[in-house]
Amino acid sequence: MSNTNSAESTPAPTRWQAYKHIMDNGLWKNNQALVALLGLCPLLAVTNNVVNGLSLGLATLAVLLISNGLISLIRNHVSSDIRIPVFVAIIATAVTMIDLLMNAYLHTLHGILGIFIPLIVTNCAILGRAEAYASKNTLDKALVDGFFMGLGFLFVLVLLGALREMIGNGTLFEHAHLLFGDIAQNWTIHFSDNYQGVLLAVLPPGAFIGLGLLIALKNVYDAKKTRNHNNALGIPIAITTPSTPNSNQTVSNSP
Amino acid sequence: MTKHTASHSKNTFKSHLLNHMFGSAYKLSLFIFVCIILLLTTYHFTAPKIAHEQREAMLKTFHQILPPPLYNNIPLEDTLIILDPTQLEQLGSEAPVTVYRARKDNQPAGLIFQVEARNGYSGHISLLMAVLPNGHISGVRVLTHRETPGLGDKIEAQKSDWILSFNGRTIQANNPNDPRWAVKKDGGEFDQFTGATITPRAVIAAVKKALLFVQQSGESLYE
Repeated sequence: MSNTNSAESTPAPTRWQAYKHIMDNGLWKNNQALVALLGLCPLLAVTNNVVNGLSLGLATLAVLLISNGLISLIRNHVSSDIRIPVFVAIIATAVTMIDLLMNAYLHTLHGILGIFIPLIVTNCAILGRAEAYASKNTLDKALVDGFFMGLGFLFVLVLLGALREMIGNGTLFEHAHLLFGDIAQNWTIHFSDNYQGVLLAVLPPGAFIGLGLLIALKNVYDAKKTRNHNNALGIPIAITTPSTPNSNQTVSNSP
Repeated sequence: MTKHTASHSKNTFKSHLLNHMFGSAYKLSLFIFVCIILLLTTYHFTAPKIAHEQREAMLKTFHQILPPPLYNNIPLEDTLIILDPTQLEQLGSEAPVTVYRARKDNQPAGLIFQVEARNGYSGHISLLMAVLPNGHISGVRVLTHRETPGLGDKIEAQKSDWILSFNGRTIQANNPNDPRWAVKKDGGEFDQFTGATITPRAVIAAVKKALLFVQQSGESLYE
């Protein structure tokens, strides 16, 4: 969190550079699922296939956009003692609206995702962005932040969903018509006719293992990048101070 | 003099605090009020669509278990609510059960109702079943369950044809021990699943009980 705040408070010379900075944070550096590890309950529960992951990701993205936007708009009219209840009310309203709309227009999908749509309200990432970013920044920046934070979360949901669906079921995009309508009836990709599937991947432990692997991959990549960067500057690896404890460990352990 | 100033500043502090408190309360209620308006508006516009979708989803399941050519009324509007505890016990339900009655030209054509299998491997299994007036099963579908994916979930029509093995079955008159109504392992006629016998046993037992109930109630369910 301290890392995030210092990164966000750095003054950016132009508007587009500021947006780029927000984008980097949302998609990679401060990815809500892989780095902040927020919102894991729905993330782990619904990602047994791509379509479920994508749907919950889109719903979360929509809620983040609405809540960040509204909170940024009212940020100068709310005193600090009542800000949390007001944020909670706004987030709950946004989630309930999305829930009702999904129930009306994506009825079957809403039935499958069930309780996890209302549970978006408890996703700490949303209140976290409201408190840490939207309540302190202008509308445009808050919206860009909501969009990219949501997109980063959505990517992880889709990636984990794809991984689990491929290993566990041997398919991709099953039930796509629930989200995209009848044109998607034939989108399902079957990798093999006789694939039995690895049950573990579809069960809850598969979600934990999959997420662990994704986080590990990200850390390895980041560590490698830091090392290359330092080598180009001719600085020995041993005395660099990496930004997070995680990457520190990876660097010192690598040969 | 000093005393006077002190009490004066205390009063200002008090009134300032009160002002602040009421100001916050006022603002908070205002925000909540706006949120409520937003929610009511969304609800107002989505409620008819949601009701419509729920109805459509139900009709879709009805069509799967009772072929539409068999009836020409609207079963959703021709209902009987079962409240009698002993009858509910046979349907495995604690809450009142709605029986949807299909008719063709006002003659009984079938009954559709929900049944709970209470002894699944993990929790209740909700089933929807249709029984023809001659006591034969027209179809059964699983509505919700929490059985193990890959093992017990073969009761879903999407995953396996097993649930179709109920189609056309009936039960010997008033014989709760009809030997055919069991998995093959127990000497019956239904397939079991490798690694999951509890799930099909629970479903078979629940459907059997409900079928006996329909048999015993006879014509009275159509009245």
